[in-house]
Amino acid sequence: MPETLAKLLSNLQESEALAYVGEALEKGVDPTKLLEGAKEGMSIIGQKFADGEYFIPDLIFSGEIMKGIVALLEPKLKEAHGGGAGKQGRVIIATVEGDIHDIGKDLVVSMLDVNGFEVFDLGVDVPVQTIVDKIKETNAPVVGLSGFLTLAYDAMKKTVDAIEAAGLRDRVKVMIGGGQVDEKVKDYTGADAYGLDAMDAVKLAKQWIGG
Amino acid sequence: MDKQWEQMTADEKQEAQFQKLLSPKDPEGNDVKFESPAAEATYKANLTRIKDAIQMKKKPDRVPVVIFPSMFPYYFAGITPREAMYDYDKCVAAFKKYMLEYQPDMHIGASAPGPGRFFELVDYKLYAWPGHGVADEHCYQCIEKEYMKPEEYDLLLMDPSFYFRNFYLPRVYGALQGFTMLPPFTGILEMYGVAFNFIPFGLPPVQETFKKLFEAGAEALKWAGAMGGCDAELRAKGFPNILGGYTKAPYDVIGDTLRGTRGIMMDMYRQPDKLLEALERLVPIMIAMGINSMKQTGNPLIFIPLHKGADGFLSDAQFQKFYWPTLKQVIVGLIEGGCIPFIALEGKWTTRLEVIQDIPRGKTLWMIDQSDIQKVKATLGRNACLAGNVPSSLLRLGTPQEIRDYCKHLIDTVAQDGGFILANGAFFDEAKPENVKAMVDFGKEYGVYK
Repeated sequence: MPETLAKLLSNLQESEALAYVGEALEKGVDPTKLLEGAKEGMSIIGQKFADGEYFIPDLIFSGEIMKGIVALLEPKLKEAHGGGAGKQGRVIIATVEGDIHDIGKDLVVSMLDVNGFEVFDLGVDVPVQTIVDKIKETNAPVVGLSGFLTLAYDAMKKTVDAIEAAGLRDRVKVMIGGGQVDEKVKDYTGADAYGLDAMDAVKLAKQWIGG
Repeated sequence: MDKQWEQMTADEKQEAQFQKLLSPKDPEGNDVKFESPAAEATYKANLTRIKDAIQMKKKPDRVPVVIFPSMFPYYFAGITPREAMYDYDKCVAAFKKYMLEYQPDMHIGASAPGPGRFFELVDYKLYAWPGHGVADEHCYQCIEKEYMKPEEYDLLLMDPSFYFRNFYLPRVYGALQGFTMLPPFTGILEMYGVAFNFIPFGLPPVQETFKKLFEAGAEALKWAGAMGGCDAELRAKGFPNILGGYTKAPYDVIGDTLRGTRGIMMDMYRQPDKLLEALERLVPIMIAMGINSMKQTGNPLIFIPLHKGADGFLSDAQFQKFYWPTLKQVIVGLIEGGCIPFIALEGKWTTRLEVIQDIPRGKTLWMIDQSDIQKVKATLGRNACLAGNVPSSLLRLGTPQEIRDYCKHLIDTVAQDGGFILANGAFFDEAKPENVKAMVDFGKEYGVYK
C-alpha cells in the first residue's frame, strides 16, 4: 500500500496521491505507514533529479504535493502518536546580510525539509550575529549560506569569519550557493563546500551529518 | 532611404539602422557635432566594429570590447548606488568618469540605477532599493511574489492591458490604487451612456492617483533628460550607445513578475493550457514593446534578459513546450521589425543550445554568462554574435593576470572567425578596477585580427 503512494507521488500525480491518502485514512490505514510511503516517494524524486530525469519544477511541485499529504496526515499522526513526524539532523539556512533574494534559498529549505532534516530558515538579509547565535542555540552542525549578488561574497566571508571568531568553526560545516558562486568564491569565503542546486545541499548535508 | 521602411527586408532594415547611427543627427535633424575629428573617427570605428561582429558578414578590425556593468561604474567613481539613484547629475558624472577610464567600444547608458525619487513617488513595491529595504551601498533587488493569482488567467487573456491597469499595476505600485476603479476603455462607444464611463475620473482616489502620476511622469522626464544628455556627451567623445529598449520572453513575463517562479511552475502542472494561451497572447505585445522602443530611441539593440529557462529550471520537454516557441516568435518578430535582439543568457544555458541555435544569421547578439562558451560557439555561435563571458567571480576576486589568461583563451578559441565581443558575462556590481582594466586593455591589444 505505501508503495502505491510512493509511486503516485514520484509520478507527480497530485490529485490521485491526495485522493489516495484521503481514502486510506478513511479506511483506517496507519498514517505512519502512509508517511513512510510518501517519504519513499520523495527519495525516488531525489534520485530522478540526480539522474537528470527530473528538474526544478518537478522538485517544487513534488514539495507542494508532499505538503498536501502532510496536511492530511498531521492531525491523524498527532492523534496516534501525540507528535508529528520525527526529524533528523539540524541545518541552518540563511540568505546573507545585504541580499534579499529567496527563491534559491527557499528551494534548498524545502528540499532539506522533505528529505527529513530539521531546517532553521532564518530568512533573507540575515545579520552575521543572528547566524552565530542560532548555531549556539540549536547546535546545528550544518550552515547553508545563500546569496545571489556579488555583494554576497563579502557577507559570506564575514559570516564564516564570525563563526570562527565565536569558536564554533570546528563544530559546523558551511555550504554556500547562489547565482555567481563557484570554487573561487568558496575559497574566498572560507566555506567548506559550494552547491549548484538544492539537491547538492541535501547531498552535502547527508554527507556531513547522515540521515 | 530609397525604399519605404515597411517594404524593406529584415536585412535592409538592419543595415539602414546602422547607416543612420553612422551618420548621427541631433533632435533638430542636424549632423551631430563631435568633440574632434579624432572623436568622430573613433565613434565610427567603434560602431563599425560592433556592426561587423553582429552581422557576421566579415571580421571586424579587431575583437570589440564592451563592459556590461550594473553598479560597478558608481562604485568605481566613489558614489553609492543610492546617490546614483537620487542625484542624476552625480550618476551621469560617475558614468562618464568610468567610460573615460575604461574606454570600451560601446556602452549601454547610465540608466541602470534608475530614478530613485520616481520609485518613491509611485510607491514601487516590486523592488527594494538603496535606502528602501537595502543598504545605501547595495544594488536594488527584486521582491518576487505571486502578484497575479492562479485563477486570474482568464482576466489576463481577455484584455492584457485592462488586467495590467486594474489588477497587476495597483499591486506593485502603491500610488496606482485609483486604477482599480477605472472602467475598460473598450466600453467607451457612443453618445448614449458614454459619460458613465468617465465617472471614475471624478472620484477622489482616481484623481489622487493621477496627481501622483503627473508628478512621477515629470520626474521620469527629468531623469530621461539626464540620461539622454549623458549619451550625447559620450557620443561626441566617440562612444556609441545603440541600446534602444527592452522586452522579455513571454515565459519570463509570467514567471518573473506576474505569477513568480513557483507560481508558473505550478501552472505547468495544474493549468498548462491556460499558461500556453497566455504565453501566446503576450507574443505580439512583447514584439511591439521592442519595436516601439526602437522607433522612439532610434537605437536598434533590444535587450532581452532570459531568466527562468536556464539549465535545470525546466526539463528539455518543458523548455521546448513552454519557453522556446514564444521566445522564438518574439526574436523573429523583432528582427523582421528591424531590431537587433540582444539576448542575455543569464546563468547557465548549456543544455538549451541545440534548440535555440535555430535563428536567422547575423541578426542577434547574445550575452553569455556561465554557459559552456565553447559549446555555445559551436551551436548558437555559428549564426549569432556572442558577447562574454568573463565571470563576475573572476572580476571580483581574481588578478589582472588571471583575467588576461581568461581573455586570451576566449579570443584564441571562440573569436577567431569574428562574431565575438569580449565582455563580462553577467551584470556586475563589485569588481577590482584593475581587473576590468585588464579585460578591456588586453582585448584591445590581443584581439586585433591579422
